[in-house]
Amino acid sequence: MSTVEKSVNNGVNVGALLGAREALTKAPEAAQFKWRATVKWVNGTHSQSTVEGFYGLGAEQKHKTSFSFDADHPQIFASEDKGATPVELVLAGLASCLTAGVAAVAQLREIQLRSVSATLEAGMDIRGILGADADVRNGFDGVKVTYSIDADASPDDIKALVAQSQKRSAVYDIITNPTNVTVEVQ
Amino acid sequence: MTSGVSIRGKRRVTAVIIGAGHAGLAMSRCLGERSIDHVVLERGEVANSWKTERWDSLTLLTPNWQSRLPGFRYEGNDPDGFRTMPETIAFIERYANAISAPVRPHTRVESVRAGDDGYEVATTQGVWECRTVVLATGACNLAQVPAVAAAVPREITALTTMQYRNPDQLENAGVLVVGASASGIQIADEVQRSGRPVTLAVGEHVRVPRVYRGKDIQWWMDAAGVLDERYDQVEDLARARNVASLQLAGYPDRRTIDLNALSSLSVKLVGRLAGISDGKAQFSGSLRNVCALADLKMNRLLGTLDEWATAHGFDDEVPAAQRFEPTEVEASPQLLLDLTRGQIKTIVWATGFRPDYSWLHVPVLDRKGRVRHDGGVVESPGMYLIGTPFLRRRKSTLIDGARDDARDLSAHLASYLGSRTPVSRIESSALSQ
Repeated sequence: MSTVEKSVNNGVNVGALLGAREALTKAPEAAQFKWRATVKWVNGTHSQSTVEGFYGLGAEQKHKTSFSFDADHPQIFASEDKGATPVELVLAGLASCLTAGVAAVAQLREIQLRSVSATLEAGMDIRGILGADADVRNGFDGVKVTYSIDADASPDDIKALVAQSQKRSAVYDIITNPTNVTVEVQ
Repeated sequence: MTSGVSIRGKRRVTAVIIGAGHAGLAMSRCLGERSIDHVVLERGEVANSWKTERWDSLTLLTPNWQSRLPGFRYEGNDPDGFRTMPETIAFIERYANAISAPVRPHTRVESVRAGDDGYEVATTQGVWECRTVVLATGACNLAQVPAVAAAVPREITALTTMQYRNPDQLENAGVLVVGASASGIQIADEVQRSGRPVTLAVGEHVRVPRVYRGKDIQWWMDAAGVLDERYDQVEDLARARNVASLQLAGYPDRRTIDLNALSSLSVKLVGRLAGISDGKAQFSGSLRNVCALADLKMNRLLGTLDEWATAHGFDDEVPAAQRFEPTEVEASPQLLLDLTRGQIKTIVWATGFRPDYSWLHVPVLDRKGRVRHDGGVVESPGMYLIGTPFLRRRKSTLIDGARDDARDLSAHLASYLGSRTPVSRIESSALSQ
């Protein structure tokens, strides 16, 4: 019996992911991660956040290098526009999380991807953040994600990829479900 | 068949079956066929859960013809009907009588421990020593209620599906039904029809039509072999064992109760209940995706059934293939519901069940309290499990699944006894794996 080489390659090491799932099912303590970021105020609404270290697999871990993100507000908010708005960073986080999921699920289902892109749009009534109307929430009133995917699969299989990606996405969960947030001052 | 020899106040028997529901009785029949002496210990009476823990209008979700137990099948004149609870109870009682099962009613098992030669089963009616023990206590002993239940405001009455009986029991006001599997959709349907407006919190669910191409969905899944899919062939067994019950009801009009049907009755669909904070229920924003997942999954199942029909030359005998409308979700489903304003007076937790093994003092439970087993053969030699979801096959979840499972497991049990005592060897066929 000869082994057929799997020609599907989306650059995702599914074997490693499945191995990790099995190992962590047996050792749930190693599955406990802590994600971290630091932020420094620069000036006005401009701040710079940095990520580098995190905790997981029972030990301190590090990215290959540190990554920084400038955030600010556009000039129509009377700001200097030195970076993306924080809410746009949230959209970027959701976009990246869902897209990584699409690639991983496609690899697992042996679907070759040729191109994946998405546009995201979130509505917001800024009277909330301006404190102009107490009945208006600060956050998004909804998020719309529209994928365009070219892959060796039927339209329903592609829809199933995107649905499964949402089911397994951390950022999708963070946005769709409440999370306790504790903010303290040292 | 002996029913136990008393030694020093303890009675000895080869096999003890715990639970006289369909699974325990099927096992009893198979052990009887092999002349393996045994007793069936039952905390209450035969079919106890069906008698005491089900709501009034519930019927079996499988057609009458499908509850085929070893040595017993449906011979009435309504093979496609669905048994009511009294009919289900009568059916299981008739089976117990037909097979002369050695049932010990009102014998609650208080502990199962390793014994000198097998197991020691302590009950409210004394102690049994046995070489093998079969756990047939079912998968639905306790209602599973999410942790968020602790935050429900005091003025709300909360019921589980085990406590719910009928809409008249509820205050004449809004009802939040949490969970949209078989129980949740049936309760939402009848409570809404009683005039109490229902909000239904919908997490992951399994959508199927009651009738497809003129035949019951269970007929299709049975015929196409979907229900025979084996536990050692399924891709992700842990997930398969955890999957929610099909959105099915067994009403005489054979209607499908899916989310679209509930929406048309004005049931309000919201996302999974994600939290309760300051008296406000918070629903997940994932409603659209769980509905998309369920629609896609249903269409894959129907595709499998259509392929089977074509491959078996069945296309001319049934109406053409069809697909159902996607689940309709409103543009912005409600995310918050104030439980303190009197609009909602009742919450029904239709959030599933879990087994109760608090009496099982043999180290066979995993960290989630589930029995570790390989297709019903429990890690501890001589111990067996039967009557739980996807035990050996997809149909293990159904009454109908007990037939093949009991045959397989009784063969394994006999072979286990035979390998331990060659003198009294019993004809046995080991499992084919």
